[in-house]
Amino acid sequence: MVDLSVKIGDITLQNPIQPASGAFSWEYNDVIDLNRLGALVAKTICREPRLGNPTPRMAETEAGIIQSIGLPGKGIEYFVDHIVPEYAKFKPPLVVSVNSETIEDFAALAEELSVPDVDVIEANISCPTRNQTGGNFAMHEDYTRDCITAIRAKTKKPLWVKLSPNAGDIVSIARAAEAAGADCLVIANTFLSLKIRTDNFRPALGNKFGGLVSPALKPIVLRMVYQVAKQVKIPIIGVGGVTKAEDVVEYMLAGASAVGIGYAGFRNPTALVQIIDDLEAWCDERGIKKVTELIGAVKDADMESDPLVAASVGV
Amino acid sequence: MALVTSNNYTNSALRTGDVDTYPERKVGEFIGTVVSNASVNDEYKHVVLKVHPQALKAYAGQMFHLLCPSPDGAEVWMRRPMSVYRVDRTNGQIEFLYKIEGRGTRGMALLEPGDDFNVAGPLGHGFTLDPSWKNIAVLGRGVGLATLAPLSQLAAENKVGVTAILSARNPGVVMSKKLFDELGARTMVVLDSDNSSAVENVEKILGDLIARRQADAFFTCGSNRLLKLMQRLGKKHAIPGQVAMEQIMVCGFGACYVCMRTFEVDGQKVLRRVCRDGPVFNMQEAVGW
Ligand SMILES: Cc1cc2nc3c(=O)[nH]c(=O)nc-3n(C[C@H](O)[C@H](O)[C@H](O)COP(=O)(O)OP(=O)(O)OC[C@H]3O[C@@H](n4cnc5c(N)ncnc54)[C@H](O)[C@@H]3O)c2cc1C
Ligand SMILES: Cc1cc2nc3c(=O)[nH]c(=O)nc-3n(C[C@H](O)[C@H](O)[C@H](O)COP(=O)(O)O)c2cc1C
Repeated sequence: MVDLSVKIGDITLQNPIQPASGAFSWEYNDVIDLNRLGALVAKTICREPRLGNPTPRMAETEAGIIQSIGLPGKGIEYFVDHIVPEYAKFKPPLVVSVNSETIEDFAALAEELSVPDVDVIEANISCPTRNQTGGNFAMHEDYTRDCITAIRAKTKKPLWVKLSPNAGDIVSIARAAEAAGADCLVIANTFLSLKIRTDNFRPALGNKFGGLVSPALKPIVLRMVYQVAKQVKIPIIGVGGVTKAEDVVEYMLAGASAVGIGYAGFRNPTALVQIIDDLEAWCDERGIKKVTELIGAVKDADMESDPLVAASVGV
Repeated sequence: MALVTSNNYTNSALRTGDVDTYPERKVGEFIGTVVSNASVNDEYKHVVLKVHPQALKAYAGQMFHLLCPSPDGAEVWMRRPMSVYRVDRTNGQIEFLYKIEGRGTRGMALLEPGDDFNVAGPLGHGFTLDPSWKNIAVLGRGVGLATLAPLSQLAAENKVGVTAILSARNPGVVMSKKLFDELGARTMVVLDSDNSSAVENVEKILGDLIARRQADAFFTCGSNRLLKLMQRLGKKHAIPGQVAMEQIMVCGFGACYVCMRTFEVDGQKVLRRVCRDGPVFNMQEAVGW
């Protein structure tokens, strides 16, 4: 049977499947055995209690859902005292996602969250509805570097950094995060989007803009993972549009060490566990002994460049 | 027409005969088999599903999250929440009563006997009955009656008397009367078409019930106007109440914070998740919509 375990820096995950921040909570234990997941990823937490954005917070479009939640939460104190213990009941490592509007507070939060039951700090510097100098630092190379440098100085926990697909050049931002001390890159958050209702001419979301969540993200984010993987040494977690085991394989071939899953768990609440089982079966059928063999194994070195030759072979 | 949901997605739900590998579960993802899906009137249909026994734990006021087939070939991205209308433990079936509204429910309307239908649940906190209550007053309108109907089953099992006031636009769209009748509820129909559904008249009916001590608790769903009325009378006469709320919903588990509604608790306005903190709430705390 295939060994599904993967390493992200010093942390070993029993398999490369984990939920995506904000699309998951310990309450999913009602429907799946959380001990089967590679890691548990909590919703992004901010310092103060926040109500989040005005409703409606979700709308369907032809190409997926758009959502704008606005990082609601009960604040860091409640989180550490009440929510971390909920996650600590389960075995997989706990990844805590954090966001702030200022770099100083971001770093301070990361330090305060570095409690024993927290295994990883995930810096969500890519909340799409925040601006680039106020929390959405991943829109800009310099802000990314400054923010991650500040956080790195304040925590010894493994530091994962979630990047934005809305940035023009994600590769340079990825490199800035790596240089500033990130241990892993989570690629990517959601695409900033808009829906306008034709019945009443109003934006469909209370916050106007929202992030697109859809299987349609996969080919775009896959391309980003591929490009970044060629340019950084730290591991990558691919997030966007994973709905089945083959998607995990694709992300790994492109260079990811693991994947995060959001939407698929909404559509099929048992999807994460099923994808683990399917990935195992997929590897076993092909005699793959270690899932890590797939990481970066895309065969792109010897691609035919002559169109006349390419068009004369099978598809 | 047998509609298939795109096989692009992992489908890991429990079918009727499957062995459950996670029996500790509170909630399941199930593939039910459609037994029937008949029209109740021009707007409403009633679907009966044969399901895995784990799905039969549902009780009044809880919901399932339904993966509706597509009505038009394009994706229906999100599940649709529906209250469980009836749990038939003898035949291993659950039922939903639904109004054909938009794409999801139009897709549901296409289901035929024998089709698969993926439902996740039971979800949320449903209605609760206090052992000290002898008679309850249930007031519902439109699709809210689908949510309230199983309450009469719960009340019958607990030997609690039910008076059900069913509000509708016209006699053609009165729903659930038979179900309430069969379970021994006293039912009253009030209509827009003859003006009997006017708040003043409903207030009079409720006033009579209160005077005759037949309203130890209030239950409502489906109308903001009727909620406000019951809140007012409930406050005045110190009658506890429960309301089932609706909101656009995504995960159903309390994780995504999409389905928020405003409540007022001790003079403070707060947001709560309909899916997990509800969908049934303390009537006096609901701010309405
Ligand atoms: C707890 C709960 C129980 C419900 N029980 C029933 C029931 O027993 N029978 C019934 O007919 N309906 C019920 N509803 C309402 C039902 O969920 C909506 O009518 C349905 O989602 C409409 O989907 P659609 O695709 O047909 O309409 P569309 O208008 O195309 O839906 C677009 C989006 O808005 C959402 N939406 C639209 N109307 C509502 C609504 N009233 N409440 C919540 N979300 C909505 C949809 O889920 C979808 O995401 C319930 C809602 C909730 C929250
Ligand atoms: C309802 C919802 C809430 C989200 N909240 C967060 C969040 O708090 N922090 C974050 O980093 N990403 C958040 N995301 C983005 C997801 O983590 C993920 O990047 C995105 O959904 C794409 O993955 P998917 O295609 O598998 O859903 C959220 C997504 C959704 C749908």
